[in-house]
Amino acid sequence: MSETPSITREDVAHLAKLARIDLPPESLDHYAEQLAVILGAVAQVSEVAADDVPATSHPLPLVNVFREDVVRGSLTAEEALSGAPSVESDRFRVPRILDEA
Amino acid sequence: MTSELISLTAAETASKVASGEVSAVEVANAHLDRIGAVDERVHAFLYVDREGALAAADAVDKARAAGEQLSPLAGVPLALKDVMTQKGIPTTCGSKILEGWRPPYDATVTARLKAAGVVILGKTNMDEFAMGSSTEHSAYGPTHNPWDLDRIPGGSGGGSAAAVAAFEAPLAIGTDTGGSIRQPAAVTGTVGVKPTYGAVSRYGLVALASSLDQAGPCSRTVLDAALLQSVIAGHDPMDSTSVTDPVPDVVGAALRADVKGLKIGIVRELGGEGYQAGVRQRFDEAVTILEGLGAEIVEVSCPHFPYALAAYYLILPSECSSNLAKFDGVRFGIRVGEGDGDPSIEQVMGRTRAAGFGDETIRRIMLGTYALSAGYYDAYYGQAQKVRTLIQRDFAAAFAQADVLISPTAPTTAFKLGEKLDDPLAMYLNDVATIPANLAGIPGMSLPVGLAPEDGLPVGLQIMAPALADDRLYNVGAALEAALLQTWGHPILQEAPSL
Repeated sequence: MSETPSITREDVAHLAKLARIDLPPESLDHYAEQLAVILGAVAQVSEVAADDVPATSHPLPLVNVFREDVVRGSLTAEEALSGAPSVESDRFRVPRILDEA
Repeated sequence: MTSELISLTAAETASKVASGEVSAVEVANAHLDRIGAVDERVHAFLYVDREGALAAADAVDKARAAGEQLSPLAGVPLALKDVMTQKGIPTTCGSKILEGWRPPYDATVTARLKAAGVVILGKTNMDEFAMGSSTEHSAYGPTHNPWDLDRIPGGSGGGSAAAVAAFEAPLAIGTDTGGSIRQPAAVTGTVGVKPTYGAVSRYGLVALASSLDQAGPCSRTVLDAALLQSVIAGHDPMDSTSVTDPVPDVVGAALRADVKGLKIGIVRELGGEGYQAGVRQRFDEAVTILEGLGAEIVEVSCPHFPYALAAYYLILPSECSSNLAKFDGVRFGIRVGEGDGDPSIEQVMGRTRAAGFGDETIRRIMLGTYALSAGYYDAYYGQAQKVRTLIQRDFAAAFAQADVLISPTAPTTAFKLGEKLDDPLAMYLNDVATIPANLAGIPGMSLPVGLAPEDGLPVGLQIMAPALADDRLYNVGAALEAALLQTWGHPILQEAPSL
């Protein structure tokens, strides 16, 4: 087995910040413990794959798919906005973006 | 009449509807009544679309009356996994974050089902965003296994498998990223197929891990699964990873059901230690049956399979953390904490995602974020992608020695609800035999091969074939199914306790 990586509550807080998940502070230790166990188990991938093994990102040998640029039907503004939590003047309305408070 | 209609196979139902022996509306009503009678206990459905189902059934009856040619599954009811969009119908993916969302468009799978006259009864329960092996990670409560209501129905597509096993629908759609069609099929005594990656369009399938996700059929017989796959499969310009090759004749293969002279490989690494005794026993018996039917049994080795689970739990969280970034409280779903002070959009996103995502989803998003972050990318995600290459090479070598490969679908029968909920690693081990097929993009089927003697619960056998050779699954599966049926004298679900 590979060495269990150490994950601190500060690490979890940082990951949560990157992932835009506002975790309650009391949950950080719990996640730290679980992530360390899982990472310890999955770290065994480093035992087997040698440098000369190419990486595979996808199961199919894919190439880019192109199509003609033609005009075709799409969702109406009303349909596209139908699931939005907040709408104003045919647009998605969002909270303030700039840090001007 | 009602109990008779719900116990029919999809093929039988379609033929009775086509001949006029029963109407599609009668069939739909029988299943809606069944849902009304048992789903409070099973909880396979998150939403039942009574009105829409009856309207679709009525349209089939009218088309028949008008002398129109009906498609092979016209009038057959189906349960749709809640990860697939259906226009105007709530689609939650088992998550609070999408509560109340009614998609403005149909997934390609949904559109093809509608065009074929399939009657969509409603949306089925699932682990949140298809992450889990027990349906316990649904934000709307777990689904219960019809064989024992205290046990899990598998996951993530536990709702679809349970609906089929409980005779609430003869057909269901599942999606399989690491086993989410096959493992629920195994633990509920039903049939489930993950087609070749790209065989069925992903357009309108809410993405978990885009390089692994694949939709496919759930049913009670191999032929029914083939009929459903032939309706939903085929190239779709709306999905750039959709394969352009012609769909193999899966229905013809299910009807052929002849394994004489076929080479069937047992994967040494998928079995033995860690597998329940009764699972191994039923698997071994099935091997003997296949041999008796004229198949040649060989043993193959896939030496890198023990690393598949580790690679999967790096690749999946990585793709998931990226895919789920779109749930930000702006374009769909819930928004949380906007009124609390004068928060910025970033703060609202954080609050929305913390309130909207469940424990397992948060865990996997953070795992993926970790695996993709600077300093760890090469050691984790990069290495996992190399393992993926090694898994594909293992399969290539194995398929040079055998036409299909077989293994138990899952290491154990259905476990108790709550048993593994606090131990993510133990939960992940349920997928140990199903994950390699996803990493390589090849097709896999699970079908029931009996009940484990120690607990009386269903055991599944998995068949795997090379990419685009899905027909081989159906040929072998149907041959084994017919032989087992002869041994048992009745379909296995007749042994399930009545609900």
